[in-house]
Amino acid sequence: MIEVNRKGEVWVFAEQHNGRLEDTPLELMSKARRLADTLGVELAAAVLGDKVKGLAAKLIQHGADKVYLVEHPLLGHYQTNSYAKVMYDLIHKYEPQIVLYGATITGRDLAPRIASAAKAGLTADCTDLQIGDHTTVKDKKLHKNLLFQIRPAFGGNIVATIINLDRWPQMATVREGVMPMPEPDAARKGKVIEETVKLAKQDLPLQLLAEHKRAKKVDLKAARIIVAGGAGVGSKDNFRLIWDLANCLGGAPAATRAAVDLGFIDHDHQVGQTGTTVRPSLYIAVGISGAIQHQAGMSQSQKIVAVNNDPDAPIFQVAHYKILGDLNVVVPLMIKTIREKGL
Amino acid sequence: MGYKCIVLIKQVPDTKRITGDVMNDDGTVKRSALPAIFNPEDLNALETALEIKGQFRGRVTVLTMGLPGASAILRESLYRGADEAILITDPRCAASDTLATSYILSCAVKKLDYDIVLCGRQAIDGDTAQVGPQLAEKLAVTQITYVEELIELAGKTITAQRNIGNGSQQVKAKLPVLLTVVGDANEPRVAAARKMMKFKNARTPIEVEQEGKDENPDPNEADIKELAAHKCSKLEKRGLLIKQWDLDSVGADLNWCGAGGSPTKVHRIQSVVLAAKQSKDVEPSADGISDMIHELIEEKTIT
Repeated sequence: MIEVNRKGEVWVFAEQHNGRLEDTPLELMSKARRLADTLGVELAAAVLGDKVKGLAAKLIQHGADKVYLVEHPLLGHYQTNSYAKVMYDLIHKYEPQIVLYGATITGRDLAPRIASAAKAGLTADCTDLQIGDHTTVKDKKLHKNLLFQIRPAFGGNIVATIINLDRWPQMATVREGVMPMPEPDAARKGKVIEETVKLAKQDLPLQLLAEHKRAKKVDLKAARIIVAGGAGVGSKDNFRLIWDLANCLGGAPAATRAAVDLGFIDHDHQVGQTGTTVRPSLYIAVGISGAIQHQAGMSQSQKIVAVNNDPDAPIFQVAHYKILGDLNVVVPLMIKTIREKGL
Repeated sequence: MGYKCIVLIKQVPDTKRITGDVMNDDGTVKRSALPAIFNPEDLNALETALEIKGQFRGRVTVLTMGLPGASAILRESLYRGADEAILITDPRCAASDTLATSYILSCAVKKLDYDIVLCGRQAIDGDTAQVGPQLAEKLAVTQITYVEELIELAGKTITAQRNIGNGSQQVKAKLPVLLTVVGDANEPRVAAARKMMKFKNARTPIEVEQEGKDENPDPNEADIKELAAHKCSKLEKRGLLIKQWDLDSVGADLNWCGAGGSPTKVHRIQSVVLAAKQSKDVEPSADGISDMIHELIEEKTIT
C-alpha cells in the first residue's frame, strides 16, 4: 500500500510472451494516455522479460512517455511469484497512482497477487476508465481526480463504478478488446529506464513442463464485418447460412453462447460476456434474441443489422436496421442481393 | 496418508436468471429475489478434491463465508462426499471486497491443516477471479490458476494443466498449493442418496437457534439459547453439527475486514439501459433488403 499521491504516474503492465507484446496492453495505451493527460502526469509502461529491450520503442510509439524495463534470464517465462515480486518492488519504488493490467489469463493471475501483497484495491475486468470526483456520504469530503473503474457486474445486468479512496495505487484489470488500439506514432520520443532485479530460485516455484498453443480458428477482433447467429438459427446444418453470408461479405462468422452450447459452431466464434468483445463496422445478428450478456460483446459495433421473427427481441433495441421476418427467407435474400451487386 | 484438501465455496445469486422483475427501480439487483445457488465452478473445485480423496484417500473440508443461509451449500457438499464443513458468518464481514474477503478466508484456512486449497475460478455474481490468487498470496503458497486437469499427484509434488486461453500449459509445483479450477475440468458428481439421508439434518448453530425461534412464537431469549445449546450438543454427538466460526474465532484483525478493510468502494451503480439508436425498419422483402444493402454500400460500411 502506498500513500495517496497526486504526482504519481499512470502505469500499464506491458504483458509480453516470448518477446511479443499482447494486444490488450497496447489497446490500453490510448485510454491510459487520456487518463495521464487529464491528471497532468506521465504515462509509463512496465515491461518484464528476458531480452525484451526491443519492445520499448513500440510502447513509446503507442503513447508511453517512459518505459520501465526489467530484464532477467529468470523472467523469460511468466510466473506469478517472480513477476509479482518485481512489480511490487517497482510500484513501491516509484509510487504510481494508477496501475493497469489487461484482463488476460496472465493479468488476472498476476494483478490480484500484487494487490494482496500491496494491500491495495483492484477492480476486475473493467470496460471503461475515467477520472472523476467523489464525495463521501459520511463526512461530505471531496476526493478529486480519482480513477473511476467501470465494469459490468451481476452477469452484465448492472454497471458499477468502483473507486479507491485512500489505499493506492488504484489498480484495475481491463477487458480485452473493449478499447481501440491507438495508431503508433513513429516520431514519438520517450525515456527507457532500466531496472536491475535480484531473483532467486524460490521466486520461481513453478516448473513449466509443456505448453501447447492452439491457433484461434478466427480472429473476430480484426474482422470489419461479422455475421453472427443465435439459437434461432435452429441447427448446425442451417448455420451454413451464417457462413455463406459472412463469406460473401468477406466477414467472419460468429455466434452467441447459446449457439455455441448447442454445438452449431466452435467456441472461438463466440461473442459476448464470456466470449470475444468486438467492435466491427457492421454486425449482422441473425436469430439472436440479444441477451444482455451477448450485447456486452457487440453493442459498440458501428452498424447493427438484426434479423429476428420476434418483434420483442431485445436485439432490436440496439439495431440500426431491424428486419422482422423469417431468417430462412431474409438471409438467402441478402446473399442473393450482395452477389448481384457483384461485391 | 492421503491429501488434506480445503475447498472454498460460495453461495451466489443465480445471475443467469435475472429478469426485469428482480431489478429495483434504482437499477440495483434485489439479491433476495434471485434463487441462491452453489457457485458453479466451486462445484468443479469440490469435484477435483473428491477425486483426489477417491484416489489417494485423505480429507476434504469445505469452507464458506456468507450469511447463515449459506449452510445450504455446505450440506450439499456433505451430500457429495465432503468430510467436514465450516461456515464463517459474522455481520462484520458485510461489504467486504475481494481483499478483505481473502484476508478473512486466510485467517480461517490458517487454522486448518492442508496440502491443497481449491477454489472455483470465479464466482458468477462478481466474476472477478481475484479471491483465489489473493488468498494464495496471504497464505504464501504457490498458486496455479485456470486448472483444467490434474495430471499427477506424487508425494509432495503436483502437476496440473492450466487453460491459458489460446492453449494449455502443464506446470509442476511443490505442495502446498492453491488451485483455481475451471468449469471444463470435470463433471461434478450429484448428491449421493445415502449421504443425503445422513446429512439432511446437519445444521449450523445459528440455524438451530433460528429454528428454535420459529418453533416458539413467544420467545424467551434465555430459554431459546438453552434449548439451542442442548440441540447442538445432540447434533454434535451424531456428527451433524456444522462448524461455525466468526471473526473472533478465526482471530481476524477487524481493521482488515468488512467495509473498513476494503480499499474498493462503489461510487455508482447503474442498470444497463439499452441505448436507443436511430433505427430503421426494413421489410423482409427483396426490395427492402436491396435498399438496405444499397445504403450500407453507399456509406462504405460494405466495401
